[in-house]
Amino acid sequence: MTKYSALGLLRGVFNGQSHWQPAWRDPEPKANYDVVIIGGGGHGLATAYYLASVHGIRNVAVLEKGWIGGGNTGRNTTLVRSNYRQKPLHDFFEFGLKMWEHLSDELNYNVMFSPRGALMLGHSDADMTMLAQRGDAMRVDSIDAELLSRDQVAKLEPQLDMSRDARFPIEGGLIQRRGGTARHDAVAWGYARAADRLGVDIIQKCEVTGFVQQGDTVVGVETTRGRIGAGRTAICVAGHSGHVAAMAGLTLPVESQTLQALVTEGVKPMINGVIMSQSLHCYISQSDKGGIVMGGDPDNWPSYAQRGQPMVTEGAIAQAIALVPALSRLRMLRTWGGVTDMSFDGSPIIGTTPVPNLYLNGGWCYGGFKATPASGWTYAHTLATSTPHPLNAPFDLDRFRRGDTIDENGVGPMPNHR
Amino acid sequence: MMLITCSHCGPRAQTEFTYERTVDSVVQPDADPAQAMEQLFTRANPRGLDDELWRHTFGCRAWLVMTRHRVTHQIEAIRAVGPEALP
Repeated sequence: MTKYSALGLLRGVFNGQSHWQPAWRDPEPKANYDVVIIGGGGHGLATAYYLASVHGIRNVAVLEKGWIGGGNTGRNTTLVRSNYRQKPLHDFFEFGLKMWEHLSDELNYNVMFSPRGALMLGHSDADMTMLAQRGDAMRVDSIDAELLSRDQVAKLEPQLDMSRDARFPIEGGLIQRRGGTARHDAVAWGYARAADRLGVDIIQKCEVTGFVQQGDTVVGVETTRGRIGAGRTAICVAGHSGHVAAMAGLTLPVESQTLQALVTEGVKPMINGVIMSQSLHCYISQSDKGGIVMGGDPDNWPSYAQRGQPMVTEGAIAQAIALVPALSRLRMLRTWGGVTDMSFDGSPIIGTTPVPNLYLNGGWCYGGFKATPASGWTYAHTLATSTPHPLNAPFDLDRFRRGDTIDENGVGPMPNHR
Repeated sequence: MMLITCSHCGPRAQTEFTYERTVDSVVQPDADPAQAMEQLFTRANPRGLDDELWRHTFGCRAWLVMTRHRVTHQIEAIRAVGPEALP
């Protein structure tokens, strides 16, 4: 497979760009693999890539029931940031953010990472205190954070309604300038191409229907394309974690809910960075095509439907318009929904399971996209060595039993109250 | 949007209702710690039917048990719970 380069483009000038090859193969499944990864989203593909590139394990299959990147990888709002409060989350997401900064080079694929700044708005004195506390926590862990005054916020995002009688008055903000957005599909395609290049088999339209077990030990999977033997089996299916884990008799601390997002028609640049309001729970950014991408709360009841209810998008839109009144003049182009696996402390689960040779990566709630590189890196380490990487050790499945949850929002075991 | 038939008020829009939790995750006061922990922190989370506790929060405030399909949103059954359901 050829390396993408400016020279390659130039070469195409002389042959009508006819030399391009498919970016990955479409192989038939083999009878056995060292590692079988269930789920061809960004996380699964990244895991396969790091298994092959870092750990030298190349006899790997990624099984995807639909098409790669067709689940939550293609359904998020593409935000990348590491502005959390707690240390395990700092360490994990900051490691990931540093990977994002040179991911395009690493994969030889432009993931269009754009660190345009992730701004959290504060709407009251209490909000500003919370933001200051969050910013301090980040800076203690060497993550960039800057508390902004009202005037600084107004200068940064002139479209915000800064009037004193605004529905949600803006008192200031906290910005992580290294945060931003990336091209979500390119992340899946880039990892797929890079993994395929190292010998990983990416098998699409192959749904796992059960586990093959000897005693308790998982030794393979039953799929719609036949039985596939596996040294180690890695669940990496986001919203469907509970469904797949149940095939091995596991019950997870996860409830599947719908998260929706929407995009408007494309317009000239009007939103400079990423605008977030944690008090309202509203996210606004502008895609490179010009569409305004918005997201809000999850639909707070269990669903596997991959489609949401209009009343929830209406709430998100109402908040976005209150913050940026000019948005009211735009037409909505699309809305969509993804199935998110809401964990019971709001933090992900990456690690071993009580079932031998079965591993789990899930519970990403509504924040999985930004974690893609770090998730793949640590999951690959866990799979290759049977022990968690220091970064994902705190995110083990057993933490709920130990009472050692990483509850960023401090709301207890209520996935529908996040 | 779902049309939910409240045992008291009849068919009402979903906007009047809030989801609380699944029925099997309601912890009884005398549950032993292992069982309470299981109920608090895990869910069957089936890609199919499950019994869920909903409340007609912005209506008569009755608690309801709804048997609902998680993919189609088809409501199979609704019954009232709590003192309201007593004869």
